[in-house]
Amino acid sequence: MIDVMVNLLALGLMGFIVWWFWLSRPHLKQASGSTVIEVIVENGIYTPAHIEVPQGVRVRLGFERRDPNPCAEKVLFDELGIALDLPLGEKTALVVGPLTPGEYRFSCQMQMYRGSLVVK
Amino acid sequence: MTEKKIQLSIGGMSCAGCVASVEHILQAVPGVDSAAVNFVEHTAQVAGSISAQALIDAVIAGGYEADELKGTAAEAEEKEAAEFTYYRSLLKKALVAGVVAAPLMAMMLFGLMPMLDGVGRLFWAVVALASLYVLVYSGGRFFTGAWQAFKAHNANMDTLIALGTGTAWLFSFLILLWPTLVPPDARHLYFEAAVMIIALINLGAALEMRARGKTSEAIKRLIGLQVKSARVVREGKEIDVPIEQVELNETLRVRPGEKIAVDGVIIEGRSHVDESMISGEPMPLEKGIGDEVVGGTLNKTGSFLFSASHIGKDTALARIIEMVRQAQNSKPAIARMVDKIAAVFVPVVLLIAAITFLIWFNFGPEPKMAYVLLTTMTVLIIACPCALGLATPISIMVGVGKAAEYGVLIRNGEALQRAGQLTTVVLDKTGTVTEGRPAVTTIIPSAGWDEEKLLNVAASIETGSEHPLAEAIVAAANARGFSLSSVDGFEAIAGHGVRAQVDGARVLLGNRKWMGDHSIELNDLSEVAAGLAAKGETPMFLAVDGVAAGIVAVADPIKGDSKAAIARLHKIGIKVVMLTGDNAATAAAVAKQVGIDEVIAEVLPADKSAKVAALQAKSEVVGMVGDGINDAPALARADVGFAIGSGTDIAIESADVTLMRGSLHGVADAIAISKATVRNIKQNLFGAFIYNSLGIPVAAGILFPLFGILLNPIVAGGAMAMSSLTVVTNANRLRLFRPEGAQQ
Repeated sequence: MIDVMVNLLALGLMGFIVWWFWLSRPHLKQASGSTVIEVIVENGIYTPAHIEVPQGVRVRLGFERRDPNPCAEKVLFDELGIALDLPLGEKTALVVGPLTPGEYRFSCQMQMYRGSLVVK
Repeated sequence: MTEKKIQLSIGGMSCAGCVASVEHILQAVPGVDSAAVNFVEHTAQVAGSISAQALIDAVIAGGYEADELKGTAAEAEEKEAAEFTYYRSLLKKALVAGVVAAPLMAMMLFGLMPMLDGVGRLFWAVVALASLYVLVYSGGRFFTGAWQAFKAHNANMDTLIALGTGTAWLFSFLILLWPTLVPPDARHLYFEAAVMIIALINLGAALEMRARGKTSEAIKRLIGLQVKSARVVREGKEIDVPIEQVELNETLRVRPGEKIAVDGVIIEGRSHVDESMISGEPMPLEKGIGDEVVGGTLNKTGSFLFSASHIGKDTALARIIEMVRQAQNSKPAIARMVDKIAAVFVPVVLLIAAITFLIWFNFGPEPKMAYVLLTTMTVLIIACPCALGLATPISIMVGVGKAAEYGVLIRNGEALQRAGQLTTVVLDKTGTVTEGRPAVTTIIPSAGWDEEKLLNVAASIETGSEHPLAEAIVAAANARGFSLSSVDGFEAIAGHGVRAQVDGARVLLGNRKWMGDHSIELNDLSEVAAGLAAKGETPMFLAVDGVAAGIVAVADPIKGDSKAAIARLHKIGIKVVMLTGDNAATAAAVAKQVGIDEVIAEVLPADKSAKVAALQAKSEVVGMVGDGINDAPALARADVGFAIGSGTDIAIESADVTLMRGSLHGVADAIAISKATVRNIKQNLFGAFIYNSLGIPVAAGILFPLFGILLNPIVAGGAMAMSSLTVVTNANRLRLFRPEGAQQ
């Protein structure tokens, strides 16, 4: 009985991993009216990591790096060909757009910090 | 807070009216004494007891953009200090974990670990608390990082470490509290493993950080060219101020032997300036009033005053540094596939860990729970996405920096990768193979004449001409300090020559046809002229009072190192083609002298791009070398466009590669560095792939059924910490690379 339960739990966990990391969409932070978005770089993630903005406008992303880990020192927007150095303890601004609708991913060099800018 | 001056760059100002608005915003910030906004330069100077961040926040809140205009050197120092602090904190964390782990490891090795009963349980309770402290103090960031990432539907390195060590600690703690939960032979505790893994990972991260610092040495060297203080003239007095406080259009004093602080224009005095660090020009250049000077270059002999035209991040040197930095951050196509793998790597490892758990739970031998925990934990700990993700960018970083050391500015990782695949290099002639400055190369006087007299008369008659060849002759006479004679009745016939009265004599200067039109006998000179033309020179005959006086030949001299550079390209199997608008005879002569394989002459500038495309259609991977302005379409068309620059002129931003030193050796250097970098990336990727694809199955226990081999989680932790370090160390080997035949 315990064996069956452990097996079911492990299978359930696998299902959860697949759902959580691949299938479910994280909540998008919407730039409501404002096109100025502050992104905090701390504890291995971007907060907010997923940002939704309207198309056809310029967006200003202010990255504030609080994380001393060297992995956090750069943020790359591959699709836009942008690489930005983020000095520790400072806000670094990036102005992009107007962008065509789509998803523009951003990440650290090693793809461990990840986020996306969704233009709708 | 002390009184200070801060310079900001302001963005988003669309009209002069915005100036007042931004000034108003700045003046409203508490502590600001004065604020002045320059609309033309889009900068603001603010004085007061203030922080730059407060000003930036206020400007941004007002709907504009702002950034501090700081010297790159100051920024680099801050970065280095922050990195050192972090390095120290990592070492401290590793040390604390090590102090707890070492005695436990020793006891385990010597079989001194007590049993889980009586006093033994008390001992283990102390160990549990000590290891919990280590997990919180030395490993706390992994747990917070993992949780934050999880909330964002993300999983990273922290996830694996936190899960691996957290599970080990929690399982051990449960056994400690309720030993009867598992059979007696499964009652293994893993407190020491969790602590040792945390110690090793922190130590590995600290060592990696040190090694990473070395990868950016090239850019540090460029940053090192910048000066920290400048001598400005304010209210008639010369005072030393930090470089950040130099204002636009301010007057600066440079004394002999000093570095020039920022870019500017000389307004008083003369000197020789050594620009070799930027342009590669070995001889110091003479500079006088109206001449431009570049920040970071060295003043040699004289003293002068200059007006600052570019400061902070706008100086040529700062822009070069920024360009190198951008390129170092960019990724070539080779990284895209790896990125896709790295992005899903951690969740996939989590799935593999769960599968490992299931297999050992259902099919593993007794004590089942001990095996399940050991293998699952080891899978989580050994997997290292960092080595994979780091493999490409770290090599690009060193490769681009290496190229910069050789005066080769590579725009991005893509160009760096492609340069190594070139099969054909197309060269423009003027200014690329040659100096781009026509000069008198040969003077052959007839009987009764000497060189000086011949050049004097030729230069006198050409004084009124605007033809480039005429300018070369006048420049040659001026260089020899000749005083030229007066000219009457000057007349120029395009494509033929000129005629005039010089000191009362009837003088003709021009080509063979011009002489023929005036029935001048050329005799031996005719043959000499043909020989000169065959060498790529343009001969002009001089006749005085109806008699040939000699030949003055003008040529655009071939750069001293063009031949050697082309030989280097040949050596690595690259075909070299010359593409020029010049006539076929001159082009062929130049090509022959430098060993060019094929000449395409008399091509209009607009057609150069089509010629490059034609080569590409023959499956050639084409690199085009030319000047960034006239050849821009051809440079853009080529697989890799190389712009020959003068170093300070980095307006050449259309090209993939800028050769700051104006030498063709840069092309060979770029290709060699590209090949070495791509090779290094492949080694890194191979290592990282092999490590993960062998390490994970072994950790999962694939060798156990046949050989009874299981990996110790502590060994896995050590291997994981070393794998990133190995990648960084391998990339650092590139720093020692020297292109064959390079001239540094």
